[in-house]
Amino acid sequence: MKARVTVTLKSGVLDPQGKAIEGALRSLGIAGVASVRQGKVFDIELEGSDKAGAEAALKDAADKLLANTVIENYRIEVMG
Amino acid sequence: MKSAVVVFPGINRERDMARTLKLVSGKEPAMLWHADTEIPTGTDLIVIPGGFSYGDYLRCGAIAARSPIMVAVTDFAAKGGLVLGVCNGFQILCESGLLPGVLMRNQNLKFICRDVYLKVERSDTPFTRSYNAGQVIRVPVAHGEGNYIADGETIAKLEGEGRVLFRYSSPDGIFDPNWNHNGALNGIAGILNGKGNVLGMMPHPENHVETVIGNTEGRGLFSGLVDHLKAA
Repeated sequence: MKARVTVTLKSGVLDPQGKAIEGALRSLGIAGVASVRQGKVFDIELEGSDKAGAEAALKDAADKLLANTVIENYRIEVMG
Repeated sequence: MKSAVVVFPGINRERDMARTLKLVSGKEPAMLWHADTEIPTGTDLIVIPGGFSYGDYLRCGAIAARSPIMVAVTDFAAKGGLVLGVCNGFQILCESGLLPGVLMRNQNLKFICRDVYLKVERSDTPFTRSYNAGQVIRVPVAHGEGNYIADGETIAKLEGEGRVLFRYSSPDGIFDPNWNHNGALNGIAGILNGKGNVLGMMPHPENHVETVIGNTEGRGLFSGLVDHLKAA
């Protein structure tokens, strides 16, 4: 099974890297960019085919390591 | 003072720290490896030094905070043992949950390597008893992620309980955004846990302990710990 965990900064948390990228996009002349927030994507391969079990394991992984829930949110997608 | 220094792969300031501990306490510290699971009996102080544990992968300090030795460090702290985390050590203490908050990328996105001024907010702690409250000390920083943040409730609690021990300031001890190099909330440079036995700080007091360097203003932190343990 393939899964993806996406970690993003909570709104309100300052993201200087996102700001720098935003500035670079503007200087490239790319039109219509209102703001940029940088995040992380983890593509994870799981053994077995228990979707509910996989979701529980990934939630555990995100809470314990992949995300720092003080500043970050995460989203889990199990692709099957 | 019997001390121990924790070493993770990618840590590079452990020798400065060990040298300072030996110089000030007269005793060679034990060096603990990340895979160790026990703290030597009779240890008074555990230091997590600076560096780039695990190459700062994922988030600074994130991987180190989940290594076997940190279970023992957490247990040691719960029993009241003294723990000091400097620079990457501070990041590791935050990631492990021993201290609240997070150290984010410096506001100006630059790695800052220079001397800074710190206002010592309190002198009635084991870590600051050699200083006077309100005293300003000059010590170096060297970090890219030292911009301390936490939610409003946590900041209010830290400030209300007097747990902000060091604050970036002007040479006169005035809080001023121009002297708050990394953009940390309220200029927070070092904080205590609720019990007052765990200190995390971004600056490196261990690098200002010898006259040959030209500044000894960091020495008081270590000599204070030695005095505290003698008095205990």
